[in-house]
Amino acid sequence: MPVKQAAVILATQGLGRQVGGKTLVDAIALALHAGEIVAMIGPSGSGKSSLLRLLNRLDEPTSGTVLLWGEDYRTLPPRQLRSQVGLVMQQPYLFRGSVADNIRFGPRQRQMLLDDATVDGLLDSVGLTGYGQRDVKHLSGGEAQRVAIVRTLANQPHVLLLDEPTSALDEASEQIIERVLVGYVSQQQAACLLVSHRPEQVQRLAQRVLSMDRGHLTAIEETMEHIYAESMDP
Amino acid sequence: MLNQWIPDPLWLGIAQAAIALVLALLVLLVLLVTIARFNATTGTTAGDRLGQDTLMALARGLIQIILVGLVLGLLLDQALWTGGVMLLVMMTFAANIAQRRARGTPGAFGVALVSIAGGAGSVVALMTWLGVIEPTIASLIPIGSIIVAGAMQSCGQALDRLQGEVRAHSAEIEAGLALGAAPSTTMAPFVQAAMLASLIPRLDILRSLGIVWIPGIMAGMILGGIDPIYAALYQFVIMALVFATATLTVCLTMVLMQKHFFTPAEQLSAEASPSTRG
Ligand SMILES: Nc1ncnc2c1ncn2[C@@H]1O[C@H](COP(=O)(O)OP(=O)(O)OP(=O)(O)O)[C@@H](O)[C@H]1O
Ligand SMILES: [Mg+2]
Repeated sequence: MPVKQAAVILATQGLGRQVGGKTLVDAIALALHAGEIVAMIGPSGSGKSSLLRLLNRLDEPTSGTVLLWGEDYRTLPPRQLRSQVGLVMQQPYLFRGSVADNIRFGPRQRQMLLDDATVDGLLDSVGLTGYGQRDVKHLSGGEAQRVAIVRTLANQPHVLLLDEPTSALDEASEQIIERVLVGYVSQQQAACLLVSHRPEQVQRLAQRVLSMDRGHLTAIEETMEHIYAESMDP
Repeated sequence: MLNQWIPDPLWLGIAQAAIALVLALLVLLVLLVTIARFNATTGTTAGDRLGQDTLMALARGLIQIILVGLVLGLLLDQALWTGGVMLLVMMTFAANIAQRRARGTPGAFGVALVSIAGGAGSVVALMTWLGVIEPTIASLIPIGSIIVAGAMQSCGQALDRLQGEVRAHSAEIEAGLALGAAPSTTMAPFVQAAMLASLIPRLDILRSLGIVWIPGIMAGMILGGIDPIYAALYQFVIMALVFATATLTVCLTMVLMQKHFFTPAEQLSAEASPSTRG
């Protein structure tokens, strides 16, 4: 099935942000479809993180807007929007306390208490079996990054924004995370926008590649779905 | 020594003030030289406005307190409500001074005014009604001003700490927001920390009362020939009122200030997080 025929979950219209005369991102037009992983590449400082922050509305657009399921996202309550458009930041920050507390954080904001089995299941999926009661203070960088990813997945977002999610991970953990992402996106029919500096990762995961340069999305390349399918075979 | 040469109390006061001023200036000079040397070795420019600022503060303090003395002299025979009006004016100035500690976060003046008026105003009004503060201008104004000054300090400290906490923890706050949390939820641990940090100095003052520090009212009452035990009790009353006011003011400041760090769309505002973002 060609990707373009799947439902559009999130789309931007002339989205831009200027801060103090500096243009961080400008005239962004993109659409994310159900069940697809789109990669975004681009040099450091080109505005990739700035764009993700706009999509999650952590920053306010100074031009254009974002449509979520066809609705202007400024009409949605910000908390509801943010739980549906999950963002894992480039430098993820864990809250003081246990790993399980962190994972329960998102759902708890909507008066949902995740039971132990769900928390354990999420941790298992990223290779952190038995980590629930650990204090986040003592996690390694790679472990913390994995906790941050499942913490966002616990919200079951329709859109998943990932800012270099495997930058602190070794190859084995990277593969685990990639498998989790692919599984989540296809199971939930979510859309995923993934910032990555690693060409092999882009090849493995993405059905489309966007390229950011000085605040503009300059190129859209199609990659073959089968490249990803092959690379997932051990 | 001075009072043997200068019998007239007004001139005596002026001479005493002049000597105190000279002492303050000498100390300032030493401080400035030390800072200049430090800056010369490190190439920094820290504190190069300190001299100017201190001179201005000293001059301002002197003029203000003399004016207050004059006004107090005039007011002593007036009705009680004029004292209330004076305290309100004081609160407005106090709010303006405290507000600066928020370093430009919008809405700080309003928060400071409501917090100081709410904390100091309610305590002064209640205590005057109960008779703990004698309902005369002569006691309302000096005691009220001590309480307002305490509220100002606490409010300024609370604003400063809260701002510091938010700036230091903007990443954690945004992590919470990004997961769909309310601003107040993301702020809770930092509000708590800032609250404790601004109340602990007040506790220390209470603890050190009389041992490290014999405060002005008590000293004045004893000098004025009042029974030392009564003077001591009354001093304790004032310290307790100041403490109660501080706690009220800090709580009000925290509750009211929180939302000013966020935009209507629940984003951390630029003033609150000028830090770099990944
Ligand atoms: N709040 C801000 N105010 C001013 N400039 C900003 C702000 N946030 C980001 N920038 C600037 O905008 C540009 C884009 O930053 P951004 O973090 O989006 O880049 P990036 O593509 O994610 O880079 P990297 O690959 O290094 O993470 C940078 O030059 C950055 O310094
Ligand atoms: Mg970035």
